[in-house]
Formats: sequence, structure tokens, C-alpha cells
Amino acid sequence: MSAIYKREMRAYFTTPTGYVFIAVFLAVSGFVFAVSTFQSQTSDVSGYFQLMIFGYIIIVPLLTMRSFAEERRTRTEQLLMSSPVSVTSIVLAKFFAAFTMFAGTVLLSCVYYLPLRKYGDTNVGKAFGCLIAMLLLGMCFVAVGIFVSTLTDSAVTASIGTMAILLVFVTAAIFNNLIDAYVIRQVLSWISVYSRYVNFTYGIFDVAATVYYFSITVIFLFLAIRVYERRRYA
Amino acid sequence: MSEASNPVSMIEISNLVKNYGSKFAVDDISFKVSTGEIVGFLGPNGAGKSTTMNILTGCLSSTSGEVKVGGIDILENPDEAKKLIGFLPEQPPLYVDMTVDEYLNFVYNIKSCRLNRAKHLEEIRKVTKIDDVKNRLIRNLSKGYRQRVGIAQALVGNPPVIIFDEPTVGLDPKQIIEIRNLIRSLGKTHTVILSTHILSEVQSVCDRIIIINDGKIIADEKTENITQVVDDNRRYLVKIAGPMREVTAALKAIPGVVTVDLTGEREMDSYVYSVEASKGVDVRKPIFYAMAEKNWAILGLQVAQMNLEDVFIRIMDKASR
Repeated sequence: MSAIYKREMRAYFTTPTGYVFIAVFLAVSGFVFAVSTFQSQTSDVSGYFQLMIFGYIIIVPLLTMRSFAEERRTRTEQLLMSSPVSVTSIVLAKFFAAFTMFAGTVLLSCVYYLPLRKYGDTNVGKAFGCLIAMLLLGMCFVAVGIFVSTLTDSAVTASIGTMAILLVFVTAAIFNNLIDAYVIRQVLSWISVYSRYVNFTYGIFDVAATVYYFSITVIFLFLAIRVYERRRYA
Repeated sequence: MSEASNPVSMIEISNLVKNYGSKFAVDDISFKVSTGEIVGFLGPNGAGKSTTMNILTGCLSSTSGEVKVGGIDILENPDEAKKLIGFLPEQPPLYVDMTVDEYLNFVYNIKSCRLNRAKHLEEIRKVTKIDDVKNRLIRNLSKGYRQRVGIAQALVGNPPVIIFDEPTVGLDPKQIIEIRNLIRSLGKTHTVILSTHILSEVQSVCDRIIIINDGKIIADEKTENITQVVDDNRRYLVKIAGPMREVTAALKAIPGVVTVDLTGEREMDSYVYSVEASKGVDVRKPIFYAMAEKNWAILGLQVAQMNLEDVFIRIMDKASR
């Protein structure tokens, strides 16, 4: 598993993928950060994080789209499949590699906080809560991306598919206000990763939400493993 | 039989079936391969060669049937069974963004080998003749080099069973000879299965040939015996200096001769005749005496070896009949 993880990490930096991801991430987050704090004259970062959730819909697929689709297209999956490595560890290695990239870049973007802290009246606890929530949310998004990537041999299809699913996840709660039926509202707010996120912005560590995010991650990784094992039976 | 001298079956396939709906890619195949045997898997495109190999290596599951490698069932204990196999798929599974050395190290790691890494990898690079490109990106290598990196990959960890799906595709004639020599030398200590549709390759490398068509085995013979599977009339090529029509008539008059044809080859007034004699009759002496009587000189006489191409086509014809 560690061999595959290392290879994935290497691949991010020997191909443009990793650099493009980091560059796009920092450009988008830098812009959003500047607009949501300095320009709106506030030191409250929860607005920034809330906006970034939408940014992730576009950025995360950049990381995950190739993971399995590319292996399938170039047939390198046959090397992995005929090696004494379980499908579970292949999926986990790829997930952890993508999540490492994501988490690393999120942590890198924390430097934005330094000037804000110097000139503004900041609430570190609250910002830290948001950061944790971001990492949890990103973890779910990466898992979704890995799953979609197992479904196709085209990286483009994988990225668009991931975006579609993430969009549903994020916007499900927004439709809530428009719908009268109680049951549907409940379902939508259950699906919504967005509504769970709110408590973190108050600096509260929401255990229920954490469990929810981990569950979503596990479910999608499990699905990815199933897809791969199923393909052998296809 | 080699099974007497080598009683251990490294590969055991019994009643293997793989179907996609009503389409049977592999239809009830059974065979055994013993240690140190080189088996050629022969068949037209779409016959089920690659499917069988993919099942054998655990890349694909079977619908029913059993596959054992070194006595270990590939479905029950895949990780252990896969450790015994080195596999070169039809398209070599190369990460083009890695250098040859990085790639071989990666393969070494995922196969979790316990050998002297540097020495083992160097040995492999030497035998596959890729030592001079070890620091180059696979992306920039030619097809022949890529193929050899693919072969090198299959040898990592020194697995006792080696499976090659069309190993010499894309190589130049010199490389083909080198790779065949390599396979032959591997066969001394390994069990090798290779698939191909190049018949001369099987003939020159393999101890045994399995011909497969439409998912079924239609012949499974030692290489030297394969021509006997098609027990047909013998053919001779005779070059005779003499008037063509009369020679033909004289040849036809010999008891046992079935047909006489001109091959189209001629030199001055001598023609090459293709004489087919019925099974078990040696007509060489009668031809000599018949020609000597008429004072026509025999310039050449040889038994036409039925080559594998002929055998293959005949076996395929028989199977489809």
C-alpha cells in the first residue's frame, strides 16, 4: 500500500496535475479570502470557508479524476490487479494520496490568516473550527472523486461526474427552503454536507457532523472497492 | 511425457468457463502445465487466449471452474497465488511518467519481494537489455524498449510462473531472437506460458502447444508431435529434368501416388513437382526407378515438411467442420 501511495504522490509532482491543483487552489482561495475578509472589512473567516465549499466542487475533481480512470485507460491497472495487493489497499492508497494533496494545500493556504491576525480582531478558535470542518468536508469530496474515477476510463468524464455529485451534495440544503414536503426536506438536509458544517463556524466541534463526514467517506470508498471487484466479474 | 520426469503441476486449470451473457469467451478449458515447461498458447484473434491469461493471473474472475497456481487456488488465496506469477499483459502496464529504474523499483515494492534489490533489478535489466535506458522516462522509449521493460517487470521477484501475452509484438527481428532466447532460458527454471499468433515463434520456443479456438482447446500436443495430429497424406517435392507432360504421367502411374502438381518452380527444362502419396506409402524409391528407366534425371527430392501454418489451418478447418 505504501508503494502505491508513494507512486501516487510522485505522479502528482512529476506530471502537471499537482502543480495545477495547488496553483488553482491558491489562486481561487486567495481571491475569495481577499474579497470575503479584507474587502468586506471583517476578520470573520467563516464567510471565506463557506464560499470555498463551492470552490472545492471545481478544484477537488482535478485531484481525483485521474486516479483510477488513467490506470484503466493505460491498462496499468493490470499490473496492480495481478500483484499481490488487495483492492482495498489500492483504493485506500489512492485516497490517502489525494487527501494528502488536498490537506497539504489547505494548510498551505492558512498563511492568509497571518496578515488578518496582525491587523484585525480575530477569533482563532472559530477559524480553527472552520479549518477542521474544511478538512472533513474535503475528505468526503475526495472520496466521492475516487469513487467516480473508478467508473470510467476518461479523466474528463470522471471530473464532470464528480462535480455533478458534489454540486448535489452542497446545494441540496439550498432547495430546502423552496420545498413544502417535510419528508423531502428531511432527506435533502440529511444529504447536504453544507448544513452539517454550520456548527463548526461557531467554533463548536460537532461530533455528529464528524461522524457523518467519516461515514460518507467510508461509504464512497467502499463503493469504489466494490466497483473494482465487481469489474473482475463483469 | 514431461509429466513423468516433472510430476509437479505448477498450473492447473480445470473446467474453466467465462461467459458474458450467452457469449462464451472461454468454454470449459482444462489443462496442466508442469514446472520447467514452456507452453505456447495459439489461436486466432478473439479465441479466448487473453481471457484465459487474465483469469490465470487474477485480473479477471471466471464464471466457473478452478485455477490453481503452485497448488494455490487463485480465488481462495489470491495474494499468495499472485506472488508466484509474473505477468506481461497484451499492452505492457507501464507508468510513462516514471523512469525505467523507478518503475522497476515500484514493481519490486508492490510485489513485496525479499531479495537483494539492487542486484536483482540489475540482473533483470541486463537480461532484458534495458540497462542503458534505466534513467530515461518510459514515455520517451521506443515500442521495443517499452516491450522489454514490460518483460522486465514480469521477471521482478523471480516468480516461478511467467505468463507472456504476445511478448515479441513490436520488436525488431534481432530483438525477437534475443527475447526468444531469453524465454527459452527462462523455461529451464520457470514455468512459462506465452500466447502468440506467430507460429514460428511457438515452434522455436515452446515444448508444448495448446491451440484454442472459440474458447475451446482443439489441440494440446508436444511441439514435435503437433504435425502428427493432422494425419494426412505425405507430400514430396521432386525436381526432375524431362518433358513435363510425360513426367507427370509417369509419376501418376506409380502406385500410391494420389496427385501430382506443378509447383510453378522451374529451371531450364526441369520442373519441380509436388507429389502427394497416400498415407504410409514411401514412393521415393519407385519415383527414382521410374525416372531412371526413362533417363530423366532427378535433380532434387525432398519430403515436404508440413509447417505449423498448414497444421494450424487444417486443425482450424477440422474444428469448424
